[in-house]
Amino acid sequence: MGIYHRPGKLKDALAVLARSDVQLVAGCTDVFAASEAQELCGSVLDITQIAELRGISKTGTGWRIGAATTWRDVCDAPLPAAFDMLKQAAREVGGIQVQNAGTVAGNICNASPAADGMPPLLALDAQVELVSERGVRQVPLAQFVTGPREISREKDEVVTSVLIPEASAVGRSRFLKLGARKHLVISIAMTAVLLEVEAKVIKAAAVSVGACGPVACRVSALENVLVGCELSSAVQLVQSDKFGDVLSPISDVRGDADYRRDAAVELVRRAVHDVIEEIP
Amino acid sequence: MISFEVNGEPQSIDVPMGRRLSDVLRDNLQLRGTKVGCDAGDCGACTVLVDGKATCACLTPVAQISGRSVETIEGVGRAGPNALQRAFLRHGAAQCGICTPGMVMAAEALIRQNVSPDRAAVEAALSGVLCRCTGYTKIIDAVLDAAGSGAGPEPDAGKAVGARVERLDGAAKVMGTEAFGADIVPDGALWVRALRSPHAAAGFAFGDIEGWAKTHDVRVFTAKNIPGENCFGVIERFSDQPVLAEAEVRMVGEAVALVAGGKDVVSNLDLGSFPVCWEPSYSFETATEARDESARQLHLDRAGNQLIAGVVRRGDAEASLGNAAHVVQGTLRTGHVEHAYIEPEAGLAWMDGGVLNIRACTQAPVLDQQTTAKVLGLPTQKVRIRPAATGGGFGAKLDVTVQPLVGLVTLLTGRPSAMVYSRGESMMASTKRHPAEMQARIGADIDGRLVGMTFDGDFDTGAYASWGPTVAVRVPVHASGPYIVPNYEAEARAIHTNGPVSGAFRGFGVPQAAALQEQLLDQLADQVGMDSLAFRRLNALSDGVPTVCGQELSGVGIGACLDALQSRWDAALIAVAGFNAATKEKARGIGVASCWYGCGNTALPNPSTMRIGITADGKICLHQGAMDIGQGANTVIAQLAADALGVPVHHVTLIDADTAVTPDCGKTSASRQTVVSGKAAVLAAEALRSKALQLANVGPHSQMSLSGAVLTLIDGTVRRDVSLQELPEDAHGYVLWAEARYDPPTEALDKDGQGAPYAVYGYGAQLAEVEVDLALGTVQVLKVTAAHDVGKVINPLLAEGQIEGGIAQGLGMALMEEFHPGITENLHDYLIPTIGDVPEVVSHLIEVPDPEGPMGAKGLGEHVLIPTAPAILNAIRHATGAVLTQLPARPDRVLAALKAAKP
Repeated sequence: MGIYHRPGKLKDALAVLARSDVQLVAGCTDVFAASEAQELCGSVLDITQIAELRGISKTGTGWRIGAATTWRDVCDAPLPAAFDMLKQAAREVGGIQVQNAGTVAGNICNASPAADGMPPLLALDAQVELVSERGVRQVPLAQFVTGPREISREKDEVVTSVLIPEASAVGRSRFLKLGARKHLVISIAMTAVLLEVEAKVIKAAAVSVGACGPVACRVSALENVLVGCELSSAVQLVQSDKFGDVLSPISDVRGDADYRRDAAVELVRRAVHDVIEEIP
Repeated sequence: MISFEVNGEPQSIDVPMGRRLSDVLRDNLQLRGTKVGCDAGDCGACTVLVDGKATCACLTPVAQISGRSVETIEGVGRAGPNALQRAFLRHGAAQCGICTPGMVMAAEALIRQNVSPDRAAVEAALSGVLCRCTGYTKIIDAVLDAAGSGAGPEPDAGKAVGARVERLDGAAKVMGTEAFGADIVPDGALWVRALRSPHAAAGFAFGDIEGWAKTHDVRVFTAKNIPGENCFGVIERFSDQPVLAEAEVRMVGEAVALVAGGKDVVSNLDLGSFPVCWEPSYSFETATEARDESARQLHLDRAGNQLIAGVVRRGDAEASLGNAAHVVQGTLRTGHVEHAYIEPEAGLAWMDGGVLNIRACTQAPVLDQQTTAKVLGLPTQKVRIRPAATGGGFGAKLDVTVQPLVGLVTLLTGRPSAMVYSRGESMMASTKRHPAEMQARIGADIDGRLVGMTFDGDFDTGAYASWGPTVAVRVPVHASGPYIVPNYEAEARAIHTNGPVSGAFRGFGVPQAAALQEQLLDQLADQVGMDSLAFRRLNALSDGVPTVCGQELSGVGIGACLDALQSRWDAALIAVAGFNAATKEKARGIGVASCWYGCGNTALPNPSTMRIGITADGKICLHQGAMDIGQGANTVIAQLAADALGVPVHHVTLIDADTAVTPDCGKTSASRQTVVSGKAAVLAAEALRSKALQLANVGPHSQMSLSGAVLTLIDGTVRRDVSLQELPEDAHGYVLWAEARYDPPTEALDKDGQGAPYAVYGYGAQLAEVEVDLALGTVQVLKVTAAHDVGKVINPLLAEGQIEGGIAQGLGMALMEEFHPGITENLHDYLIPTIGDVPEVVSHLIEVPDPEGPMGAKGLGEHVLIPTAPAILNAIRHATGAVLTQLPARPDRVLAALKAAKP
């Protein structure tokens, strides 16, 4: 029988992490789903009672999404349009029941290749803040998730927040997810697109895709092509040859690899289109 | 110790903090209205409100509830159904009832925020709860009408049939008090788990079982402990499946041992440590591989791994196709389809006075009794099956599941025992729809009249026989569709593989065959140059024209069904053309498909027996042994019986299925309960009425009523009051009673499949309207117009529910459902339609009376699924030209077919 730790203060959580081997949990929507047991096994450190880890706040340099922030909290938070894609993704993380419990940080740490939170957070240049008794460090999200079910968290560290730099949260955004049914679906492919536009020209672009490789990733070749281009020509520029080698999907029960590659390009094209449509 | 509030009451309990809230509610607090369907947040059946927010109790460690407020279904409408629950009843929103508590809680969270939500808000709020029965339409209607009031009709004597009566057993479902297989576990019951094969084919040997059992404080049972015959099957002659495998397994999920002990011990056991040594061997997963000469023979007496072949021949099919003006041909491959009822199999056993009692979900109590008795070496009367409420079945709960397992443990230990499958175990061990590899050719003359057809199909029946013989026999009888086909040759073979056992699933192979045959009809109509609907109408079967089996039928309603679709067909054709002219990225199309389906066993005896009695205190009891697994037999059969007896249906008390109390009503399968058990109920009620009339010496048109212990009969001006207390009570406890057995008249099929396989058929046709995304290959079904000839509508509310639910399952089969052993044993990799995937459904209930059916009624339950997939496929082809040769039509397959179709 393990111990169930549910501290109210971060420093107590860090002390537990420093001294014992525990499973870190938040909303538990992934850990319970992966097990048939009626109980979490081993020792557990539950961070949902730590008030300072809950909620979204504006800081001097951007936004801070506390590690225990649920997807419902994201939907309900007043945030600029750049976060629309994150809110759209939030509404597609399982059903409402899962959105009410599952957390943004948990979604990242679970490191599923089809994690809904990844594409929008990558497009927002998210940084992951990790804290241990040894100190604080920030890691770019793209380096934090290193592979399917693999993250670069040390055993004594806890993810305390996901940070969005102010400069990255500019523009309008769109998240699109493709599945074989409407709700409760694991993506065949998905994308998040963030465009900053000035005088009908794309000033900055962030494009990411998920479920098309071991880890979701940015499509920098395409971003480079989009930056500086006129809005009217942007959609046509989204072609598969602009994706470099970022698309490396597998064939599985959801669809074959070639289809996924084509579908990802099409989704990006549509997301770019949708963002541009919204621009007044 | 953890403290929180449940339904307004403070609770403090000592449980492990990491325990699932669902388990704490159900086990520690005995609040079993919260259902567990998946333990993974995929189905939402366990939805409760935590501080007012919908939450999956199965994903919530109880620690996180500390100091918070939890509301469960038990806290809703305590004094009886509240307005929302009343709306569920009024709209027929609960069928089996297993998802209903979760649906009600999710809807409750919504309407507290938004008293008059729109459709989109309802869909969003309920999108996290899966329902496998209803097709969601009536659930949405109920939530939209949550502020409404009223109840369904309570018709007068003789007026029940045809009335939109609410389910008679509905209140328990919406209140969450219905007791399913997992909902009653006596204190001290042994908890049972099965050790199952991870391999599709393997030999195995046990190590030191005794030592392992001792170490873990459990008892272990293997094939050696089975006192009777370690072999079961739904058809005696083909029984071949061991309850516990003896030295070899033939499929993933085959049980080899049972472990029984205290619940905490057994449920936390790592069965990976069980002393068994597997020797995996070569396995094959498809019928093509199984038929190859080099394939190992899975059963000694079944050469070429062929279990059985069914054949129907009439005229000269080859010659007719050779001479036909138009011929089309095609192939279709379908995969395993999982029943995915939201209730995993569960049940318990206990001894009572030397009789083994078993309470579990089932579709076939008497078959369970016979099988369990045989396996345990007991006389049949020493086994009593008292079915639990059954949370969906669709065919897979026809085969025994937990019954012989808990029966064995209880028989050998003398202690009660309980077993609840996990979702993974349910999907691993239960039967599936047969994967099919089919080819067919159909020909027509210059005027578009069908002249001949050939059909050939291999149906992968998996490791054991189950319902393979039924599929092989039923498919050739139905593969023509409800059309006049003078020359016909069809063969279907059930082939063994190392795949999951394929058994019964709504339609017994006919949906697969229809998916090919109806697609070919569209192609043939194109060749002939006729409109698809007109082409079907021209060739529709009619009264007195021989079927492919040479049977001449009366009351054939397919023509009327097709006619009922005409106006929507015409309007939709215009609408689709307009949409397509204006849209580049998407294309819409419409498709039609028909069905026919014989009710009951194919050319085999298929009786039901009903008993109805009146007690000395004036209670009318209907011994309703026809399992209601959500489809509505409890209500429909009571409506028939009440009208036949001449009393209001709400005066009838239902005695639920129980092998010691209700006569044998056979299986809830083959769409037979309304027709066969319904007819037995009518006959029994008529016999009881005759007895009552005779007793009072009044005429056949007398009015009957009961007031307390007085039975009153009024014949014109003559009134007779019979004091029931003065009549002798018989052994069943009745002063007046009658029993009737009905066996539908059929005729054996000869070597060419000629004969009269069914006494009653039902007919239907559906029109699907779809939108195809031309770049992504996704398909949205916008609307289905369904016309089903039910002969006589017993209950329109329930009939619509069957249609909407069948369409949702047909849509799943068409577009998303594909089971792969070892990969999709959960409800997130195996997809069934959600509330957002189902189309608007418009139902037309057609009444072409059947001369044999009760009050003219025909079956409906399986018919409704058959036309859906082909109608969708035809609509995809109409929209895009794409012809699918493999189901489901996943987006990648649609896109590939679309590219292939482009000139």
